[in-house]
Amino acid sequence: MAIDSSQLNTPSVAAQGVQIDPIDESTMVINMGPQHPSTHGVLRLVLELEGETIVKCTPHIGYVHTGIEKEGEYQTYMKAVTITDRMDYLSAHINNLAYSLSVEKLLGVEPPPRGQYLRVVLSEIQRIASHLVWLGTHALDIGAMTVFFYCFREREKLLDLTEMMSGVRMMPSWIVPGGLRGDAPEGWFERCKAVMDEFPYRIDEYETLLDQNPIWRERTQGIGIITAEECFALGVSGPTLRGCGVPHDIRKAVPYSSFDHFQFEIPVGEYGDVYDRYRVRMAEMRQSREIIKQAIEKMPDGPINVDDRKIVPPPRHELDSSMEAVIHHFKLWTEGFHPPVGEAYVPVESPKGELGFYIVSDGSAYPWRMHERPPCFMNLQALPRMCVGRLIADVVAIIGSIDIVLGEIDR
Amino acid sequence: MAESTTLTPEVTTEAPAERLEVLKIRERFPDAILEVNTFRGDTRITVRRELIVDILTLLRDDPDLQYNFFSECMGVDYLNPQTEEYILGKTHRFEVVYNLYSLPDSRTGRGKNTRIFIKVGVPEEDPIVPTVTGVYPGAEFPEREIWDMFGIRFEGHPDLRRILMPDDWIGHPQRKDYPLGGERVQFPEGKYGPSIGERMVQHPGESFFGKTASEIEETG
Repeated sequence: MAIDSSQLNTPSVAAQGVQIDPIDESTMVINMGPQHPSTHGVLRLVLELEGETIVKCTPHIGYVHTGIEKEGEYQTYMKAVTITDRMDYLSAHINNLAYSLSVEKLLGVEPPPRGQYLRVVLSEIQRIASHLVWLGTHALDIGAMTVFFYCFREREKLLDLTEMMSGVRMMPSWIVPGGLRGDAPEGWFERCKAVMDEFPYRIDEYETLLDQNPIWRERTQGIGIITAEECFALGVSGPTLRGCGVPHDIRKAVPYSSFDHFQFEIPVGEYGDVYDRYRVRMAEMRQSREIIKQAIEKMPDGPINVDDRKIVPPPRHELDSSMEAVIHHFKLWTEGFHPPVGEAYVPVESPKGELGFYIVSDGSAYPWRMHERPPCFMNLQALPRMCVGRLIADVVAIIGSIDIVLGEIDR
Repeated sequence: MAESTTLTPEVTTEAPAERLEVLKIRERFPDAILEVNTFRGDTRITVRRELIVDILTLLRDDPDLQYNFFSECMGVDYLNPQTEEYILGKTHRFEVVYNLYSLPDSRTGRGKNTRIFIKVGVPEEDPIVPTVTGVYPGAEFPEREIWDMFGIRFEGHPDLRRILMPDDWIGHPQRKDYPLGGERVQFPEGKYGPSIGERMVQHPGESFFGKTASEIEETG
């Protein structure tokens, strides 16, 4: 479903570029953040202003730096999964998936089809949940408060699905190297289907609130424009890149985890402004729903984990009867597995853009280096370019539109 | 048991005939390539440090390669702090890895949908790499992060400041000889930050690997 931008998005005259003549030659420097409701965490921007027009914008980050990459070097491959959730805390499943894929590439294994399909379902549920948080907070920043409540209502239903499977709402660590920690419980697919059947009407609701709202369109159309060439050079990916009209999605370009088995489209924008990024993400939620429905319909039977006891711990019931299972269990949880010497990087499409873990293995049970390629970190570099020449009020809209999570930027 | 859990390594250092990137670099800069490593389908080319800007420019501008998307760059420290030797037979302590992607853009027909990793070795006594921000402006933040975390300087970088740690922080935390954990809260002026000169002490059975650095004033 491509967006018909010609009908929806014509940059209005007011947004074409507001010119305010400076009173004198001097500029004023003001500080925005780190504690500011619109910065989605602790982002600090130092803005140099001429009147109310931004001349220069310098982001300062690192306020929630917790040394996750360093910590990862001191955990075995299996235990390091749990700290990947904390990076982009709005899309934990997808972080787990990216990490697991890199470790699996090091090991040279691939989970069976059911495991891959379950991963697809979970990661698409997470993508919708992440986009809902983005939509709610983005709209809240611009002043549309109602949307926030609706979005969080829907998100809670999606998090309930995660909780039903893993027991945790936000930090599941359910996707692990070798497969998943467990299969879907009884009744999970039915419940998932029910949520997904209802979902299109909910998106229609949000669009009714925003699409034709003149305030929303004045605040978003023609604001924060970035070109595709700038995105390429800056390493900007995800919906921000697609908002410029580039139909690139890693799920299509370099399919991972059986994403090539599903039919879906890559929504793109046209002008690369805040409104286009909004349209792209709204369309992406519909596409994710399509993928989930297809995956549940085609869900194969069979095991979910790699059939290798040197990588995946044995199921609990085997520990009662098999000495070998006890040994494997003990060795895996005390020592862990040893991937061969090498390096691996597998990109995945996170809700924010290209996410991947670059893992260097020295042959021991601990990753020698565990580096995340954080999409938000790279996307943030586009913020100064989008802001220059705009007003302070536009900065709020632009930050919302690139959908940053500071937990991932600072790690 | 410990041996049996180790999986068979599949590293192959093969004759670099099949990747176009290798041929192109070799054609233009005959002695630039130091090593080509292929692991599970990914190619990593180690090149001379002083030629990195030229090589990335070549990879970006060559019509057959079109590495138009700067994915990231990152640092790796190969020092084993217990033995004070470099692991995996490395001759340099640090490595900077450039991750480039030829992003397929169906509108313009450009981009080959391939990924390449370019590496440069960085010795500890001379940790300077020419910046690639002139080729890919997106390298600005990652290079600042590498400076912050590893202490590798990028010559010609427009704004080489710390990015994640506070400006007055002492040491570079991702270095392997920088202790993990047990740090005292940093109070202003960097007075109580952990120092980098300290030897790590391993406590067996704990994930806690370092000891608290409280004598920073004495060690300088």
